[in-house]
Amino acid sequence: MSEDFSYLPEAGSEKGDLIRGLQLVQSREGYVSDDAIRAAAKHFGVPVAEVEGVLTFYAQFKRTKPGKNKICICDGTACHIKGSTQVASWLEAELGIGDGQTTEDGIFSLETVACLGCCSLAPVMSINGKVYGKLDRKGLTKILNEYRKLG
Amino acid sequence: MAAIKRIKVGTASCGIAAGAGQVFDALKNAATDVPVIGVGCFGHCYAEPIVEVECEDGTSVFYSKVKPEDAAGILNLTEEGRFSIPARRAELEKTLVTRLAGKINPIDMQEYIANGGFESMKKAFAMTPEQVVDEVKKAGLRGRGGAGFPTGMKWSFLAAKQVPEKVLICNADEGDPGAFMDRSMMESVPFQMMEGMLIGAYATGATKLFIYCRAEYPLAIKHLSIAIDAMKEANLHMLPGREKPLEIIIKEGAGAFVCGEETAMIHSLEGKRGTPRFRPPFPTDSGWNTLPTAINNVETFCNIAPLFSIGADAFAAIGTEKGKGTKIFALAGDVKNPGLTEVPMGTTLAEVVYEIGGAEPGTVKAVQTGGPSGGCIPADKFDTKIDYDTLGALGAIMGSGGLIVIGNNRCMVETARYFLSFTQRESCGKCTFCRVGTTRMYEALQRITEGKGTEADIAFLEDIGPKIKKGALCGLGQTAPNPALSTLRYFRNEYEEHVRDHVCSAHICSALTDIKVDTDKCVKCGLCMRTCPVGAIQKTDVFTVDNAKCSKCNSCIEICPKKAISRVNKGEGFNSSL
Repeated sequence: MSEDFSYLPEAGSEKGDLIRGLQLVQSREGYVSDDAIRAAAKHFGVPVAEVEGVLTFYAQFKRTKPGKNKICICDGTACHIKGSTQVASWLEAELGIGDGQTTEDGIFSLETVACLGCCSLAPVMSINGKVYGKLDRKGLTKILNEYRKLG
Repeated sequence: MAAIKRIKVGTASCGIAAGAGQVFDALKNAATDVPVIGVGCFGHCYAEPIVEVECEDGTSVFYSKVKPEDAAGILNLTEEGRFSIPARRAELEKTLVTRLAGKINPIDMQEYIANGGFESMKKAFAMTPEQVVDEVKKAGLRGRGGAGFPTGMKWSFLAAKQVPEKVLICNADEGDPGAFMDRSMMESVPFQMMEGMLIGAYATGATKLFIYCRAEYPLAIKHLSIAIDAMKEANLHMLPGREKPLEIIIKEGAGAFVCGEETAMIHSLEGKRGTPRFRPPFPTDSGWNTLPTAINNVETFCNIAPLFSIGADAFAAIGTEKGKGTKIFALAGDVKNPGLTEVPMGTTLAEVVYEIGGAEPGTVKAVQTGGPSGGCIPADKFDTKIDYDTLGALGAIMGSGGLIVIGNNRCMVETARYFLSFTQRESCGKCTFCRVGTTRMYEALQRITEGKGTEADIAFLEDIGPKIKKGALCGLGQTAPNPALSTLRYFRNEYEEHVRDHVCSAHICSALTDIKVDTDKCVKCGLCMRTCPVGAIQKTDVFTVDNAKCSKCNSCIEICPKKAISRVNKGEGFNSSL
């Protein structure tokens, strides 16, 4: 974590690089804080309000700190008809959190995304970018337990 | 036994998710004297992980659903687990654009060249830019992103601009849920796509190339970056007759469906909110930072090299009168063999769904094409020959190529609700009709699936849908009502059943469904009771699901070893509050 966001120039310095800059912040910090918004506004030479406007337009950007393990439930068409709603409710029951939330111990956060592009394995979810396909109730618990063990 | 030349493991995203990574490692450890390489997507996702063993005598043996422990057997070319493409599928498919996908190491430029790579570019560079544009026009190639605008014509608009700087963008923001053709192509044949872009830049005079790719496709971005670096190393970005090399930039999208619309994408590339704007001016007149700009989709660019390889006349000979060439479809949903399939335009939906996808006739009620912008086509129209116009006439669209097969056990109202929940969430909010209209449509569909809908909701959907199509500025809004309107057109009975009888005969809509234990099948193992997250299952002398408590999560149905628990119509199960 770098408080002064001195790495922002790596993303470029033109206005057109603002999104790339915010992506860089998010990949480093896990989310985009108020301080990061101010730093980006200064670096790219755009008003704070405009940075916030761009930031809130795109679903990728998080304004709060995510959990250690980021679970993305795919709710693309194929997954949806193959039961992603059920997968979401299983996860909510297992973790006690809803879409966009983080567990109290900070181990898991849950997010529904539009499509992970692995439709042939539907229903799928990803944990920290690793894709798990053809999910069923038992498999899901097993996968979560693996991560729980790691803490 | 033939000697093994090398071993190829399909390691695109689908393959990796199916466990190809471990298979690759196991083979690498076991094979001491033969090279093991990762290749892209071969299209047969249902059979992943797939291993191809190339023999010295030129033949190949394929294995499907390979596990790490199969490595030793594969090195001995065991008969077990061998895989061959079903003959009928091979007959229907035409691998023009996907010829090299899954066949070569995606990030090895020498291998691409050894397989005919950049030959098309040389051919094109021997022509004048005008001749290149004419060749694309003559081939009749239309944009593969969805709308089907003639590519040659778009290029001619950009080529006509006499300014020193012009922009060519590759739309790789494959946002349609259910579509993965572009991801697969970028992962499997990044050089082929880039060759198409170089030919495009040469033909149009573009000086700056952008690839706008979704951030959700990290492997595609990695492969493209490697390909671009290798091409720069080989000085391929220096086009003939140019003083300055091409600028090639990959930009990652940030999760906004509307950015697939060209003016929205341009705004996003400028670092702004991705809202569309009114056209004219068209991007070819004023696009990225007011420079003349053309945008083509990944698959369109991937078509360019094969087009020049076989020539415009041969290309135009494939397909139908108004749809030339092939189309890659991402086949998913209720089919036995999901995956990618490339077929000539004019192939029928029945051939794709039943013969390639392996769905049992009679088990399918519709296909959904074109994602949230598209529509559902009922099974009795499956003899339709696929091209841009025939699908449009049925109230669907060709779209980018997502083809989701919907089985008899699915609810069409819920399917429409799903798509509207997507579009109303993704509406950028600029146009009132789209912003408010899609939300109201979603609410009406939500009411119907919850059993609270009325005839007035159906009438409302039919009234507001066409108005949104007229009142919205961009492709997202103009097509957003399609999923609801097309299901109303072909599956009106399902809507009526929901509002009139409060029945969802597919038992998908949870508010209209109870869960019931079949006491004849139940062996009283108690697994369901222990699994139920809300304690809705109780044991008296038999097991009973209390539907007053039940959250309809299906956990018990999934876990039951005897398949004794199922969904039934509301009122047919036990409910303690009644």
